[in-house]
Amino acid sequence: MTATTATVRKVAANTSVRHYLARVAFGLVLTIVGLLFALPLVWLVLAPFDATPSLSLQWPDWTLDNFARLFQNPYAMRSIGNSLLLGIGTMIIVVVLGALAAYAMSRIRIPGRDGILYGLLLLSSIVTGTAAMVPTFQIITSLGLINTYTGVLLVLAGGILPTVIFILKDFMDSIPKSYEESARLYGAGPFRILRDVVVPIARPGLAFIAIWTIVQVWGNFLVPFILLRSPDLQPAAVLMYTFYTESGQADLRLISAFALLFSAPVLIIYFVVNRRYGFRFHGGIKS
Amino acid sequence: MSTSTTTTPAGSAIAPRRRRADDVAGLGTARAGIFVAPALILIGLFLLFPAIWTIWLGMTDYRLTGLQAASPEFVGLDNYVEALTDPSFWNSLWLTLVFVVASGIVGQTLIGFALAWSVRNIHGWVKALIEGLVLAAWVIPASVASFLWLVLMDRRSGTLNGLLGTDGYAWLIEHPMEAIILFNIWVGTAFSMQLFSSALSAVPPSQIESAKMVGASGWQQLRDVIIPNIKGHILTNTLLITLWTFNTFTPYLVTAGGPNGKTEILSVYIYETAIPGGQLGLGAAISLIMLLINLVIALAYIRVSRGRKKA
Repeated sequence: MTATTATVRKVAANTSVRHYLARVAFGLVLTIVGLLFALPLVWLVLAPFDATPSLSLQWPDWTLDNFARLFQNPYAMRSIGNSLLLGIGTMIIVVVLGALAAYAMSRIRIPGRDGILYGLLLLSSIVTGTAAMVPTFQIITSLGLINTYTGVLLVLAGGILPTVIFILKDFMDSIPKSYEESARLYGAGPFRILRDVVVPIARPGLAFIAIWTIVQVWGNFLVPFILLRSPDLQPAAVLMYTFYTESGQADLRLISAFALLFSAPVLIIYFVVNRRYGFRFHGGIKS
Repeated sequence: MSTSTTTTPAGSAIAPRRRRADDVAGLGTARAGIFVAPALILIGLFLLFPAIWTIWLGMTDYRLTGLQAASPEFVGLDNYVEALTDPSFWNSLWLTLVFVVASGIVGQTLIGFALAWSVRNIHGWVKALIEGLVLAAWVIPASVASFLWLVLMDRRSGTLNGLLGTDGYAWLIEHPMEAIILFNIWVGTAFSMQLFSSALSAVPPSQIESAKMVGASGWQQLRDVIIPNIKGHILTNTLLITLWTFNTFTPYLVTAGGPNGKTEILSVYIYETAIPGGQLGLGAAISLIMLLINLVIALAYIRVSRGRKKA
């Protein structure tokens, strides 16, 4: 009897020690992984506020001068403006065309509708920016749209629209049809119904799409990198790259502040919107 | 407005199903066509047409400059022969395979799952911090992320050399492939982490409880309860990650394909061939190969998600 209780105790002690060790090891590994993910980010947070930033991590000699200098740098500020222009321009095209198409597809049985929808989605996941860069570049060149925003906007909008139509159609399907029916009884035409009934109800969905599009375009490097030539037109994503590849001696005070300014909007949007909408936000296609 | 809300629920309940008025706004097929057309035309011109145009372009000797730029000639399958007999193409394809398997399928999926698994029962700031860090790496614009890695691995004063005491060690020259693989894991793990987080939260707790009751160890619970429950998510995740990793261009911003083509994955190879290299015809031929690989992955994805819906 005593022998068995002793073994039981011994086993229990063993498992609790093992359990404890496992917890410690688990905590340790999680901390290390967390640190590895944090490591590259620390520079982004500290260097912009350092009077003499270097490539190594160091406790900053706190200052805001780097930002003051950045705001006076014409190239940097213009590129942020260009990014905004491209983001908002694409957003307008995509939201207007996407909402029209999604509404019609939601309310009318166009022959082969579901086939078209899935076909579009399939198309946009196959014809990615990288896989289509050669034909896109060649087509835009022959159309004489190289080095113009028109070219960049059309290519970006074309790539994003299938996902937008897909999400918006889902959204429009969930809008009760009764509102439109009664609006129609009062004599409203289809455009009027769309403008005064559907759009106000669909506002959350449209807002989601608008923000999602701007985030996609804001970080997009490849399309403007290939289609734009003059430095004046470059968005921030391309200028950031130009800053660290083409300048002989990299100006770290400028680059670090610029990197943070350029990243801040998406970080803010993401962490604010993520709180509200949850995972769906980045479930889309990112290339 | 108030009348509509009071009358319609009753109306729809009483009225027998009419020839279903899907078209409640009186749009009509013709006007619906007008609504859909602009979007479809834009997609047709700048998404579908480039894909089809690649087939033709890949069979010409189109160049960026010179005689072939003005009047390209039809060369049939010459570009394909040239690509398939060029060792640098095969090298690039091999590097792409290594990159996709190591950074996407193994790295992002395993680390993403491990993170989701680890933080599933933790609450509060530790979870928020870890998830926040992983997510931040994913949302930061690609050109910023790549610069941060150049800073990290800088030869003279990079943080990595400082931490490891390996001053002057050129990581990007000695281990370029490992560098872009780690970089891509860092960038992309957030997607898998979030996907698996939501998958794990959907596993019925009763099944885990009964597994614990019969004394299953953590590993056994994982193998016999969790994995069978989230099999669909694992497949979805793997296929999407494969597609995205295969198509990413971001490693170019870190190593530019170098040194000596050691990190020239297919996306970078196409860019180098077609745009700085000016050989648009050859670049298009390789692009078509890439498009076909994308098609295969996407079709596999569709099959998997259809099968899941039926089940």
